[in-house]
Amino acid sequence: MNTFDAIIIGAGHNGLTNAAYLAKAGLNVVVLEKNDYIGGASVTREMHEGWHYSSASYVCSLLRQALHRDLDLTRHGLLLVPYLGTVNFADDGRTLTAFTNPEADYLELKRHSPHDADSMFRFQSDMGRYAHFIRKTLLRTPPDPTSFKPRDIRELLWMGKQMWALGEKEIYEYIRFFTMSAAEFLEDYFENDLIKAAMATPGIIGTALGVYSPGSAYVLLHHVMGDVDGNVGAWGLARGGMGAISNAIAGALQQYGGEIRTNAGVQNLLVKNGKASGVVLENGDELHAGIVVSNLDAKRTFTKIVDRKDLPPGIYEKAKNFKIRGSSGKVNIALSGMPKFTGVPDNRYINCGGQNFTGSLETMERAYDCWKHGRWSDDPFVEGVIPSAWDPTVAPPGKHWMSNFVQYCPPKLADGPWTPEKRDLFGQAVVDKIERYSPGFKDLIVHMEVRTPHELESEIGLTEGNIFQGELTIDQLLFNRPFPGYAQYRMPVKNLYMCGASTHPGGGVSAACGANAAREILIDLKRPNTVPEDDFYDE
Amino acid sequence: MGVLDLNRVNSIVIGAGHNGLVCAAYLAKKGHSVLVLESSDTLGGLAAGREFHPGFKTSVAHSINHFPQKIIKDLALESFGFGAPAEPLPTTGLSLDGSHVVLQKDTLTGVGESDITAYRHISRLLQRFADRLEPFWLKTIPRVGIKNLTDLLTFGQMGLRVRMLGKADMREFMRITTLPVRDLMDENFEHDILKAMLSWDGLVGSKLAPRSPNHAVLAMLYRRVGGQHGSVASLIKALVSAASAAGADIRTSTAVEKVLVKADDKGLIAHGVRLANGEIIEADRIISATDPQTTFLKLVGVANLEIEFTNRIRRLRCEGYVAKLHLALSDLPKFPGLRKPGGRMIIAPNMDAIEFAFDDAKYGECSQQPVMEIIIPSIYDDSLAPLGKHVLSAHVMYAPYQHKGGWDDAKREAFTARAIDTIARYAPGIKEQIIQSELLTPLDLEHEFNVTGGHWHHTEFALDQSLMMRPTYEAAQYSTPIPGLYLCGAGSHPGGDLTGGPGHNAAQEILR
Amino acid sequence: MTTVDPYAGERLKKTHFYPRAAPLNIRDAWVAWNGYKFAECYYDAEYEYFCVRNSCATYDICPMQKYYVEGSDAEAMLNRMVTRDVKKLGLNRVMYTVWCTDEGRVVDDGTIFRLADDKFMLTCGSPCNAWLKMSAFGFSDVTITDMSDEIAALSFQGPTSCAVLKKMGLQGIETAKPFDIRHFPFHGDTLMVSRTGFTGDLGYELWVTPELALDLWDELYAVGADYGIQPFGEEATNMTRLEAGFIMPDLELHEALKTIHLEHDQSPLELNLGWLVDFKKPHFNGRIALLKEKERGTKYTLTKLDIPGNKPAVEAILYKNERCSQDIGYVTSAMWSPAVKANIALAMIRTEFLKGDIWVEVYFQKELRQYRKVVKATIVKKQFWTPPRARATPPLDF
Repeated sequence: MNTFDAIIIGAGHNGLTNAAYLAKAGLNVVVLEKNDYIGGASVTREMHEGWHYSSASYVCSLLRQALHRDLDLTRHGLLLVPYLGTVNFADDGRTLTAFTNPEADYLELKRHSPHDADSMFRFQSDMGRYAHFIRKTLLRTPPDPTSFKPRDIRELLWMGKQMWALGEKEIYEYIRFFTMSAAEFLEDYFENDLIKAAMATPGIIGTALGVYSPGSAYVLLHHVMGDVDGNVGAWGLARGGMGAISNAIAGALQQYGGEIRTNAGVQNLLVKNGKASGVVLENGDELHAGIVVSNLDAKRTFTKIVDRKDLPPGIYEKAKNFKIRGSSGKVNIALSGMPKFTGVPDNRYINCGGQNFTGSLETMERAYDCWKHGRWSDDPFVEGVIPSAWDPTVAPPGKHWMSNFVQYCPPKLADGPWTPEKRDLFGQAVVDKIERYSPGFKDLIVHMEVRTPHELESEIGLTEGNIFQGELTIDQLLFNRPFPGYAQYRMPVKNLYMCGASTHPGGGVSAACGANAAREILIDLKRPNTVPEDDFYDE
Repeated sequence: MGVLDLNRVNSIVIGAGHNGLVCAAYLAKKGHSVLVLESSDTLGGLAAGREFHPGFKTSVAHSINHFPQKIIKDLALESFGFGAPAEPLPTTGLSLDGSHVVLQKDTLTGVGESDITAYRHISRLLQRFADRLEPFWLKTIPRVGIKNLTDLLTFGQMGLRVRMLGKADMREFMRITTLPVRDLMDENFEHDILKAMLSWDGLVGSKLAPRSPNHAVLAMLYRRVGGQHGSVASLIKALVSAASAAGADIRTSTAVEKVLVKADDKGLIAHGVRLANGEIIEADRIISATDPQTTFLKLVGVANLEIEFTNRIRRLRCEGYVAKLHLALSDLPKFPGLRKPGGRMIIAPNMDAIEFAFDDAKYGECSQQPVMEIIIPSIYDDSLAPLGKHVLSAHVMYAPYQHKGGWDDAKREAFTARAIDTIARYAPGIKEQIIQSELLTPLDLEHEFNVTGGHWHHTEFALDQSLMMRPTYEAAQYSTPIPGLYLCGAGSHPGGDLTGGPGHNAAQEILR
Repeated sequence: MTTVDPYAGERLKKTHFYPRAAPLNIRDAWVAWNGYKFAECYYDAEYEYFCVRNSCATYDICPMQKYYVEGSDAEAMLNRMVTRDVKKLGLNRVMYTVWCTDEGRVVDDGTIFRLADDKFMLTCGSPCNAWLKMSAFGFSDVTITDMSDEIAALSFQGPTSCAVLKKMGLQGIETAKPFDIRHFPFHGDTLMVSRTGFTGDLGYELWVTPELALDLWDELYAVGADYGIQPFGEEATNMTRLEAGFIMPDLELHEALKTIHLEHDQSPLELNLGWLVDFKKPHFNGRIALLKEKERGTKYTLTKLDIPGNKPAVEAILYKNERCSQDIGYVTSAMWSPAVKANIALAMIRTEFLKGDIWVEVYFQKELRQYRKVVKATIVKKQFWTPPRARATPPLDF
């Protein structure tokens, strides 16, 4: 039984989503996973007895709720719980809490700057406007502007219409926003350094850009255009860790009759008469299918899995030049108790949210400078969250798990390859930073899992450890993602598709890439579409 | 103080920079009575020749590489003495070991075969893109809210020209235009100096480094437009002559203090200017060649402007990052490995060197290891220095307009010394040849040339401040929210450098 | 052991009158306004409404935003910002106005007090720090000070209000015309009284330093006891202002700077506030856009409606015909008016449909069952109700 209708390479959440929709359409599908666990970067693993880490991604906001509902993920065990607020820590001991309650948020901002508290309203409505447009494109296939096909022209016109609905002035503002830096964009609204820094943090997450780099304003939007229950910009945690998302999608897939094989790393794509016809596994087994879908990133797909000779000229070079520089690390820490942070009341509601060790715009930018020099920063930007504060399933009662996302950490060090010793030194730098805001933190540490881009690549298969499977810059967005001309999920080898975050709309655990790819495959197979349209609560 | 009895003129042009002169010349040729008012005692603005040491002259803008043929023809600049050298200036990437990379026209030497092949390919590609864009530099880019057929045609033409690139090129165009120049270089070349040298045209004069996305490639395409090369001094001389010959009245040492705005129940209208000496001159229209911040915030005044518009003008990024170094030399400096130190010489050993030099400036410090573009203009124009002596002119990056703690003499001297040390590493012995040195920081440029932030391009040449958004919407088609007031400086489309584009386009718009 | 309230930073602030007002809030009915704890009602909204119409009542306007705008450029700066001509505002006079974006959409409405030639107080419902700062940029001599927390303010409304103030010893208060400002010595300091309000009735607003807030309350309530004084909250305010036809933020007005969707904000012309837009003034923010709108005609017009029946047409959609086949607008506020005994509403109606029939689709509930009816509304030209005493000087004795 090694012949299928479709083979999906990689059991990350997009691969599973893609397979689920193909299976739903009646296709006989198999998902191949090289690891002995599924989920890719959306994974929960017990790395220390009693502690379950979301080893890689850790929060959720972009996951399309139309897919959540359609795949019945709640029945398959997924519960998304929104954040209550996030505390931002400045270098000088000041703190700024972003509350979800508007009155509390206003009072807190006003404490720092009445001007900025007021400006926040304008900022949020402007961001809402920008998000409003781009959100609508998430579950749609990008048009090809070079094509004259009716569908492409129709989609281009649709985009034009959406854009036009913003109003003339907003079109200019939109272009401006899209191309400028997060810091300069925020200068338009805010005066207070801490507020600016706090608002800039989404602009650098996962990105090889600094807060002063043009283009980082879009990354900022990418992180606030998601929503939880219709609250655009809200973030949520998956009960049971991010693995709960992958497991729920896998549950849906299996219900539709799909198969998942772990420990089944793919060695090579089989191409017959210019068409993808199956894969060869690392153990030498051959699997055959009329459709092969790669959930791996574009660079990995075309430089490792597909034989160069099977590719039309130029594609290998495009893949080699695909920008996928890793810039982030992850430090998961098991704690024997709840850490106390200076400058924040011992408030368990505030702790039901994030802890951003933000510093200032300059701290963040200098951390980026370190990345450029090929070293990690001794004073990195750390986005922490303690999911165990309100998720009873991830740590033993009374004990806690803290997830720390670290920006920046280079994929390659200037002074030679990553070693376990260097990895631990990197982890130590992060712990030292947290200790500054939480004296006694170190004493609470029970276990640590440190993930540099090197680990993210070797374990999860993200090339260079880039969490988005490719950078989110204009040259790699929308119809440019992964390459211009191949943004519609069909790849240069016939019957080969891509469904990972390397495709539109990019990373962030949206499941949209997988769903969009499934829709395109079903169109090619002339099968009825099983992928739902996005819904926006009539927004 | 009082209203002097002066003939009312059709148009007043504020500022006799090259764009002001181009605009004045076009209007005068059409029979307008034009008065050009220049606050300093020299003509040409940042391109004006100035003596920085007795007998030694140069201008801040020290080269021309894409002055459009159309303007030369329209204004008959050749008949006024603007001639081009037979060959465009070569560009040399200096190497410490003397194995320099030289680009002469399209011939590349000093690098490996693969780089030469790659250069041929990428140069042709970029040229194809540049050619597609070329017509739009000398055209008003209409508002998105299309109002008339001409505007519609411009957009239609734009779309068509890009589409006519063909599928493959168009796709590459969509990808490349926003690419950081570093990625473009890394994708194509191996030689470090070559990469840095080719990046230069995308970065010079801007608050950009090789890793900055979105703007640099566009600047490269802008600068690739085939055009005239030639001496700065002769261009300014020709423009002044052309404008004067057409009947424009050009006055130096005549500073404008205010643009006069009349208010009645129909609204506002600009109707004249008040000079620093109190004199009032009435005109049908006022055309400002000064930068947008000076024009709106100083000359017009915010009380006459809308609030959000004012805010956008305030938020324009107008901070210069380039210092200008002038050296009076007793002899022609020797650069080992170079037969003759001609053309443009670029000191930037690799792209990281530019990036890290930029990093210092981000935080308000001068680059510890500056990068620069050097020209010795006295090689081409012997009137710039006494016989046998020479002038070295360099754009040194990066020197922030807003220095941490403010600029002072000590900081200027330290940066001067650092710049000279850097040159001396490539031209040993040059220190002994220096008769006098001068470094103009962006703050100095602001003071001396009345240009906000000391920014060459008046405001950053960046995607969000270009095309129908330059300097900002509602003032991007040369007219402004105030009837009778126009812009014609580098702060308008197509932007900075010695191209005359803004002056030309503003004149066309006024004559429309 | 001292206990620190970990939620202190999140709790709403208390106004300067809170110690006196809180015990009177029998229903514990609080809402939030600009970070302050604010009474929705104290005892019974309808009772409070009738205190305003029948005797006198106080409304705590401490959370309202107040800014001093001072300096030789203050007048020019405000004049460029707002739609009315501030030059025409006399000393110790108050002016109601709006201010707009460049596109002529309303940022907010509020009042400007001329306290001296070069000193103004601007009040408004929402924080305006950022917009004021943006508006002041480029003026060399203008200082803006946020006085919101530094001034205690109490609105004192109703037919007996003048009598109470007179009895409190505010000599000559009866001579104050609408929009006049008077200053009175008070406990060694000054009590500023303006004849302003948001009820459409006779009334004043009292402004005093926070230290004297409770003294003011105590004196007012001591004297007012014989005149039926009672605090009133948000609900009663909303009733009185609707009868007077005043616009309310977040009902009629969605502030332009907080609006996501194109045209979900309003222009002053749409809000029927054309009388506030002084086109004779050569320049003010939004003038160019508003002039265009005026020539073109507004898309919507805020209209007063009288609706048959007694079910308030809250959130109702308006139609061109009884079949509801074409919608032509929506109700912004609706209520049963106790004064005029009518079912009244304010609605935004597409201007082109004003001439035709206006049908209202009203949803209402009886014992949990939902009902719907479609009725034809009539346009009301004048205010639903303003008593003559509101404008009389001196005001008649009740």
